Amino acid sequence: MKYVIIGNSAAAVGCIEGIRQKDEFGQITVISSEKYHTYSRPLISYLLCGKTDIEKMKYRAADFYEKNKCKCLFGVSVVKINKDEKTVTLSDGETIPYDKLLVATGSHPFIPTMRGLESVKNKFTFMSLDDALSLEKALNKNSHVLIIGAGLIGLKCAEGIYGRCKSITVVDLADKVMPSVLDCESSAIVKKHIEEKGIKFILSDSVDEFKDGSAILKSGKKVDFDIVVVAVGVRPNTSLISDCGGEVRRGIAVDDTCKTTLDDIYAAGDCTESHDITTDSYKILALLPNAYMQGETAGINMAGGNKSFTNAVPMNSIGFFGLHIITAGSYEGEEYVVSDGKNYKKLITKDGLLKGYILVGDVIRAGIYTSLIREQMKLDSLDFESLKKNPSMTAMNESYRKLKLSGISQS
Amino acid sequence: MKKVYVNEKWCLGCHLCEYNCAFANSGLNDMAKLKGRTILPNIRVEENDKICFAVNCRHCDDPICVKSCIAGALSKSPEGVVEINKNKCVGCLTCVLVCPFGCVLPDENGIIGKCELCTKNSFGEPACVKGCPNNAIVFEER
Repeated sequence: MKYVIIGNSAAAVGCIEGIRQKDEFGQITVISSEKYHTYSRPLISYLLCGKTDIEKMKYRAADFYEKNKCKCLFGVSVVKINKDEKTVTLSDGETIPYDKLLVATGSHPFIPTMRGLESVKNKFTFMSLDDALSLEKALNKNSHVLIIGAGLIGLKCAEGIYGRCKSITVVDLADKVMPSVLDCESSAIVKKHIEEKGIKFILSDSVDEFKDGSAILKSGKKVDFDIVVVAVGVRPNTSLISDCGGEVRRGIAVDDTCKTTLDDIYAAGDCTESHDITTDSYKILALLPNAYMQGETAGINMAGGNKSFTNAVPMNSIGFFGLHIITAGSYEGEEYVVSDGKNYKKLITKDGLLKGYILVGDVIRAGIYTSLIREQMKLDSLDFESLKKNPSMTAMNESYRKLKLSGISQS
Repeated sequence: MKKVYVNEKWCLGCHLCEYNCAFANSGLNDMAKLKGRTILPNIRVEENDKICFAVNCRHCDDPICVKSCIAGALSKSPEGVVEINKNKCVGCLTCVLVCPFGCVLPDENGIIGKCELCTKNSFGEPACVKGCPNNAIVFEER
């Protein structure tokens, strides 16, 4: 069996490990445009602030490919999938045959049209290791950095370069930070915490024009800068699939086995759509755990196994300057909120299920809430009143506790 | 594989397992030296007015923390122990986000501390179980 994997990040690694659970000997070829050993992209901000280094941020051990008997083609990209011939064409002209193919092509930074951006010399995105290394090269103690986007990527970038430059200003069109995962109150807590470090925010505003080392904002405000980081969002890399007739909606459409609409072609990670069980809708869940689990599912099925991934939910764990934020699920339903101005908790319930939550500050045992969402556990089967206050196994019913803590299933 | 299992009916709620865990992983030569320190053990007694029991890593067969770890710092050993490479961990707490049992917790440095069944300290087998006065936790194959 010949497996070909396009991509070399979490989904690809999940796929390799999934294949090897079922097929010890099939030939695996990993194709990646990046020349690096698999590394963790979310760690690039930790690299800049010195909490990790290039060696430590390897996502798997140095002997990973060798142990899993993978052939690596790095520094080349796939330009075309020839689905009838079951081959892929590489940028260097070579063709590689496959029996089963995984598309784990990820996403690319979205750069909105901004007047004068082409004239800015030091402009960066913040997604790949090369992005981080080039930003680091341009950065010095006197740099004034302008970050466009107060989402997860923009704020992680701000934390990463904090202390290595003179000033950081973050501009976002939204009226709050991390608008995709936080509500107003939690967002205000996070914003205040980051502001206390000296990072400036300009919200509900955007760049009208870049001119002579300044950004003129729509409001008329002017921000002087040496370096611009554009972090407004990402777009999935779907063209390999759409070009050969596979279905692409917001991302590549896949079923529960992570197969695309094309025979023998699977897809996983940030290039795909997932089924969010908390809203019963399809969306891109560009999250590392989701990418891994999709990749592993694809790998097992590619190798003849039988695996479905049916409980994807949005979820994030992130922190800035020691303040932790954990969120999961969706936020429509009945709310339970506890806040003391620093620690914040919101739980959202609907139809007798926990649908989502936001935790800022005290995040301990958040996973108990996440499992309630992912497993769609009926709240009347447990002591939700106590669980609201404090996530603890004591709130789970006796048979669940016996099964999980004592290894005893009661039938 | 052998794991730590709970017999909640027998748990006295004495929290001795927490001290034995903290001591086993402290590298100290005398447990009394823990006095006055805040301990962050990898096993925690959870209790309410009716029940109490100790919770530590379940060493799941299909561990979601390992799959979710953004740093590749969590892994499953060939023996089945879910291990943390503290050198790689950056303290993002994605494992805290996903652990269904709430038993992965940050250590005093903000990175992850977790039960490794005392395979990496000088005890060799779970100190919590050894010191439990009432067999409320056992280390066995089930």
